[in-house]
Amino acid sequence: MSDILVSEQSAPGFGGSGRPSGRLLEVEDLRVEFRTRDGVAKVINGVTYHVDAGETLAVLGESGSGKSVTAQTIMGILDTPPGFVTGGQVRFHGKDMLRMSAEERRRIRGEGIAMIFQDSLSALNPVFTVGFQIAEQFRVRRGMSRADAKKRAIEMLDQVKIPNAKGRFSNYPHQFSGGMRQRAMIAMSLALDPEVLIADEPTTALDVTVQAQIMDLLGELQRERRMGMILITHDLGVVADVADRIAVMYAGRIVEEANVYELYRKPAHPYTLGLLDSIPRMDEKGQELRTIKGLPPNLMNIPPGCPFNPRCPMAQPVCREKVPPLLQVGTSRASACHFAEELVNRD
Amino acid sequence: MGRYLLRRLLQLIPVFIGTTFMIYALVWKVPGDPFAGKCGDRGCPDNFRALMTEKYQLDQSIWVQYASYMKNLFQGDFGITFSGRPINDIIATSYPNTLKLAVVALTIEAVIGLGAGVLTGLRRNGFMDNLVLVSTLFLIALPVFVIGFVLQWLFGVKWHIVNPTVSNEMRISELILPGFVLGSASMAYIARVARTSIAENRRADYVRTAIAKGLPMRRVVGVHLLRNSLIPVVTLLGTDLGALMGGAIITEGIFGINGIGRQVLRAIVTKESATVVSIVVVLVLVYLLMNLLVDLLYAALDPRIRYE
Repeated sequence: MSDILVSEQSAPGFGGSGRPSGRLLEVEDLRVEFRTRDGVAKVINGVTYHVDAGETLAVLGESGSGKSVTAQTIMGILDTPPGFVTGGQVRFHGKDMLRMSAEERRRIRGEGIAMIFQDSLSALNPVFTVGFQIAEQFRVRRGMSRADAKKRAIEMLDQVKIPNAKGRFSNYPHQFSGGMRQRAMIAMSLALDPEVLIADEPTTALDVTVQAQIMDLLGELQRERRMGMILITHDLGVVADVADRIAVMYAGRIVEEANVYELYRKPAHPYTLGLLDSIPRMDEKGQELRTIKGLPPNLMNIPPGCPFNPRCPMAQPVCREKVPPLLQVGTSRASACHFAEELVNRD
Repeated sequence: MGRYLLRRLLQLIPVFIGTTFMIYALVWKVPGDPFAGKCGDRGCPDNFRALMTEKYQLDQSIWVQYASYMKNLFQGDFGITFSGRPINDIIATSYPNTLKLAVVALTIEAVIGLGAGVLTGLRRNGFMDNLVLVSTLFLIALPVFVIGFVLQWLFGVKWHIVNPTVSNEMRISELILPGFVLGSASMAYIARVARTSIAENRRADYVRTAIAKGLPMRRVVGVHLLRNSLIPVVTLLGTDLGALMGGAIITEGIFGINGIGRQVLRAIVTKESATVVSIVVVLVLVYLLMNLLVDLLYAALDPRIRYE
């Protein structure tokens, strides 16, 4: 029955070396396409990133850049069809999850890797109490009694600083405010003490003030538990405080990866540069906001060469011909731009 | 909640009076002489006519007759037939049989219909899906009497798996075949509604969350998905009990069951208006109460629905 809702991809002949590297979670050369009636959309085109224990990796990108689909593939909750993994590996403790049995993968979910979703109202089941949905994991996965599970669930609600956790246990999701609901979602995802937490735009649906509280809470819990965290966002402001490293995605590829400080100081990819440039600034009040011209490419028809070339202010003939690989620039960063060195070395 | 229930129960009163009056008026309007054929070839003697006319208020207007009928009804008295048999008796012997048959039918259609709906909703366009779509189309398209006679002949006459007719004991095992026949069309609708509902909800975010929590698929489907997909199915099932009881007439005829179908048919033919109205009135009550029950079940299934 397990293949009904999620498909477990284990097609042979996937690339990747499969060697253990001591990393907690690594994605290597992942490729995903969506086969629709209108054609095949290449949504993920060779994504490689990793996250270690106690580290936060922010994955930054516009809508449709493939950041969420990558996360869904890691979790094994990709909608199939239309989504199909066509290549690559997702290794957890060095073991390729894409080749695991459905049962093995299920055991990793929640306990090894857990996920927080963007819209907590639709992500929580509307017909069960919040407490039930947290306690359920203790009952099903840990075999606890109803009473013990309830006690643990209330502890979890307490840990995410929900006031009156005991009373809130038997409330339904629609009786929570947006911020409280996202806290409950966090409590639910952390219930089984996962090693990796994937937070898919956890604050997008929230008010700005609540956003900051939730990010603080996430950061705090991540440090306490020494979790690896993948923070998916399109909000540059959100990542600055929390992330250790940032991976910027564009058209299903990582175009730049760097630590936060370096990336903000001196982007090594014109797309990152454009993103940073488009942040509204107080000292430019009244002036027109800067944007990146054009639109993200149609994933059914990605332009040849660098996928960013039609929008790139620095594009040269080579950009329309050759796909720039993600190469190391300097010591601890990588960029997929033919002119990465020039970008980094400019004054 | 209490106030809502009270309001709903109060709403039942005008609906009840309106429907019973319509039925009463309809039966009253049926042409024919209540004395026809009652006293053999020579017709009834005048003094008998006069006696009965007075006793049953046959010369009074419909309003008077209806009012006195309702007066008795509220005292729990459905009246008597022309032959003097209390209608309460008829109801007491025939209703349980029909109710039993209808409940068996309802159970069968719920189990099979829901099961087929869940299976096909999860795997659309598979073999099962096509099989169910085609067979439900058959069940919907074929009249009940065709399904009834065909299955009775196959299972009862040709293969001798069951008795072709139901005995007076009305054993559950005997009622499975008639129950299946009676519930066949509704079963098909339930399967289709459940299929659509499951297919719609299976891609819902909360299902994805349940999977991401590492719950076994059984639980994801059986708890998280099913509970959210049940509302349209419950609506169908709840309102179906009354329809099954009212529609049991053909099935009861085929399998020789002494239920309300047989009684109401006999009463219409002999122009026993009080019997017809009484049987239908109880049916109306079943409909109304089941409707109320369905509405209350909504709130139980979906906590976002609150009645004030």
